[in-house]
Amino acid sequence: MFDVAIIGGGAVGTSIARELSRYKLLVVVLEKEEEPAFGVSKSNSGIIHPGTQNPPGLLKSRLCVEGNRLTRVIAQELGVDFKEVGELIVAFTEEEIFRLHRLLEDARALRVPGVRMVDQVWLRGHEPHLSPRVKAALFAPTAGIISPYRLVYDLAENALRNGVQIHTDSRVTAIENTRPHFIVHTSKGPFKAKYVVNAAGLYADGICRMLGITDVAIKPVKGEEFILDKKRAYLTNHLIFPLPSQSTKGILVIKTADGNPMVGPTATEAESKEDLSTSQEGLEKVFSAVKRMVPEINEKDIIAYFAGLRPKAGEDFIIRSEQAAHGCITVAGIQSPGLTAAPAIARMVTRLLRQQGLGLRRKILFHGHRKRSVHLFAVKPAETQKLIEQDPGYGDIVCRCEMVSAKEIRDAILRGATTLDGIKFRTRCQAGRCHGSFCTTRVMKMLAGERGIPVTAVTKRGKGSEVVKHDRADD
Amino acid sequence: MTGPMIERELVIVGGGPAGMAAALAAHGQGVRDILLIERDQFLGGILNQCVHTGFGLTYFKEVLTGPEYADRFVTKINSTPAIETSLRTFAVALSRTKVLTVIKPGRLQNIAARALIMATGCREKTREMIHIPGTRPAGIFPAGLAQKLINVEGLLPGNEVVIVGSGDIGLIMARRFTLEGAKVRAVIEIESASRGLVRNLTQCVYDFDIPVYFNHMISRIHGKDRVEKVEVVKVDGQRRPIPGSKFELSCDTLLVSVGLIPENELIEMAGVRLDEKTNSPVSEAPNTTAIPGLFVCGNAYKVYDVADSVTADSQLCGRLAAEYLLKIQGDSFRPLSPLEKPCKRR
Ligand SMILES: Cc1cc2nc3c(=O)[nH]c(=O)nc-3n(C[C@H](O)[C@H](O)[C@H](O)COP(=O)(O)OP(=O)(O)OC[C@H]3O[C@@H](n4cnc5c(N)ncnc54)[C@H](O)[C@@H]3O)c2cc1C
Repeated sequence: MFDVAIIGGGAVGTSIARELSRYKLLVVVLEKEEEPAFGVSKSNSGIIHPGTQNPPGLLKSRLCVEGNRLTRVIAQELGVDFKEVGELIVAFTEEEIFRLHRLLEDARALRVPGVRMVDQVWLRGHEPHLSPRVKAALFAPTAGIISPYRLVYDLAENALRNGVQIHTDSRVTAIENTRPHFIVHTSKGPFKAKYVVNAAGLYADGICRMLGITDVAIKPVKGEEFILDKKRAYLTNHLIFPLPSQSTKGILVIKTADGNPMVGPTATEAESKEDLSTSQEGLEKVFSAVKRMVPEINEKDIIAYFAGLRPKAGEDFIIRSEQAAHGCITVAGIQSPGLTAAPAIARMVTRLLRQQGLGLRRKILFHGHRKRSVHLFAVKPAETQKLIEQDPGYGDIVCRCEMVSAKEIRDAILRGATTLDGIKFRTRCQAGRCHGSFCTTRVMKMLAGERGIPVTAVTKRGKGSEVVKHDRADD
Repeated sequence: MTGPMIERELVIVGGGPAGMAAALAAHGQGVRDILLIERDQFLGGILNQCVHTGFGLTYFKEVLTGPEYADRFVTKINSTPAIETSLRTFAVALSRTKVLTVIKPGRLQNIAARALIMATGCREKTREMIHIPGTRPAGIFPAGLAQKLINVEGLLPGNEVVIVGSGDIGLIMARRFTLEGAKVRAVIEIESASRGLVRNLTQCVYDFDIPVYFNHMISRIHGKDRVEKVEVVKVDGQRRPIPGSKFELSCDTLLVSVGLIPENELIEMAGVRLDEKTNSPVSEAPNTTAIPGLFVCGNAYKVYDVADSVTADSQLCGRLAAEYLLKIQGDSFRPLSPLEKPCKRR
């Protein structure tokens, strides 16, 4: 019998799992995909928002500011790269400058640190490729960037280390409320738990319905994003935002943790919760929007693109304990800034669980820290030399575009990567400009070898996405 | 600069036909300290996966397969003591002063080259570079990757194939897939004519009754986990989709063969400007760059149709490098006999 079953292994689910792993509890995470972070948490902008674009009255606004603060601590503890790059919300007209002042007031009301207006002279000095037509900007220095999937993997790994069980390929299909506990049925069998936390992202409404809760409906809102060649990293020094609209933060020029500039996201209603397709219209919309702010951005530099779906359930997050199903916490509608807010959400859920009667006793030995994973692309040559001396595997480069060594790939597999995407998200192997043209075969063979499976069973992201159909050696 | 530093006369990056031809040509001109580095575990480069014939028609006046063509050069390289080959060696950085940083099993090394020839070949344009909309499932392969999977690894990527672009690799792979028992549904080409060799179009596609749709493009990829189908549309002279011309082709595999781009990121790192369109170095004379003593040859210099042209280009480049070394060394340069040890300076 588990104390808590968490449904969903995204940023929110793994943040909750890691937070609960501080206490003497038996916790299980149930994830339907082959690896954690394969839901909304893999396809987003990776921005740790400062809290400037949300109205002060909302829950998500408060959790965003708190989450920004907590993410720094977590990144430090887990050895995830967090870069505080700062953001600029730009204004082209007097009317827009007036609106910036209102945002400034909101941000101050929310106690967002250090927010201030900057003028054209400042902008020319600090952001030389910005359109000269930008008249002023609101500067929020605490905006940061992080690799969303690496964060989730490191949270999951740290939770595991502290005793949490994580079951992937385990889709929750039904939940029985057999007071005083629940039986959570999954594609891998039933799990008994005293408390259930629903952090199922886009599918949180389905989980609610399994528990007889009918007032949560999630609408997927698609965001298409386009990643540019690292060569263009010089174009911006900060995250560049237009003024937000009613519903979104607009189309942005983003810096990513991996060094590539990224532009997007759009915001359109998606056909379904599975619809991750991109479109020509999306591309045109994004580029016309960002060129207005940074004219030198060019479609020619696109090296990758993707679409993510925001799980929208009204304007705000829904985080509550359910009256109708005592012992169940719903965490739904976690659209942006959900990645930022995740650690604050985890604390809030922990409080709600305590209010519902869950006893929280701290473990004497909680391993809060994790050894930083090595990424050759991020270390200096002198350090590379030392690493190679320690392990020759670091001297065996597999991915030429992103400089990923065999040792890093083997480590990723040891740490739980079971798919090509899982390796890509952890190491960046295959994520560069050649898109795996040169390294895919080698990575497939390594994955097959380390896992003891045939090459034909290697998948891109789980069952159904096998990369090759036949091995001639089997004929 | 950290790590040990060694000095070499001529360093060549890339052990494909370009690098090998350049090394032999420079040697022919009297250069006696040549280091040829290759990231793979054998020389030959992309030729190793080109098991089809048609190589060497001009140069050897013979019809050879890719590996046979490569072998002729490998044999010569291996029997030339003044050319040192360093395999599984990965060039990761290059400075303006021609200091090359390489990583190889067990070591990071800085090599100061008096002359440097980049023979790094090219990479394929990807689906992303031509912005095909739709989903991103398994089953989308650059044609060269599919070629490697089949010819080198013995793995068949899929059963029902659509090929986008009529570049030579795509055409050759149409035949390869058909011979392997897969069904090639179509070749889709946005231009009004093939960009590949006529002989490949005839022998690899028409002979197998594979339909080629000129003036068509793929407007969408469908499939969640694996490619399920593609949407094809006819385009006008300005490459704009013609309304009402859309149709779908079911397939589990999409090969992308829409051209090659020279791999010149290392010289760009050293400060050489690359042409926006072609990714070739911007320079005054062929095979040279703005940095004296830094040369580029083969497909890294310019994408050639056939290996013989790469060989010819690279031989010229090898000679250029030798001339350059002669010039900067003036009287101190003295061609050595092949039996003498490669000269290490200082
Ligand atoms: C385009 C885009 C850009 C964004 N940019 C930002 C940003 O810059 N900064 C920011 O803070 N936020 C951003 N967000 C929001 C952020 O990505 C999300 O709020 C966050 O990732 C949500 O995490 P999650 O764990 O709730 O959801 P998910 O990551 O989707 O996790 C839910 C998990 O539940 C699993 N699951 C579902 N149903 C079941 C079931 N029946 N059984 C078992 N498992 C199940 C899913 O497979 C999934 O892994 C962005 C979102 C989008 C779409």
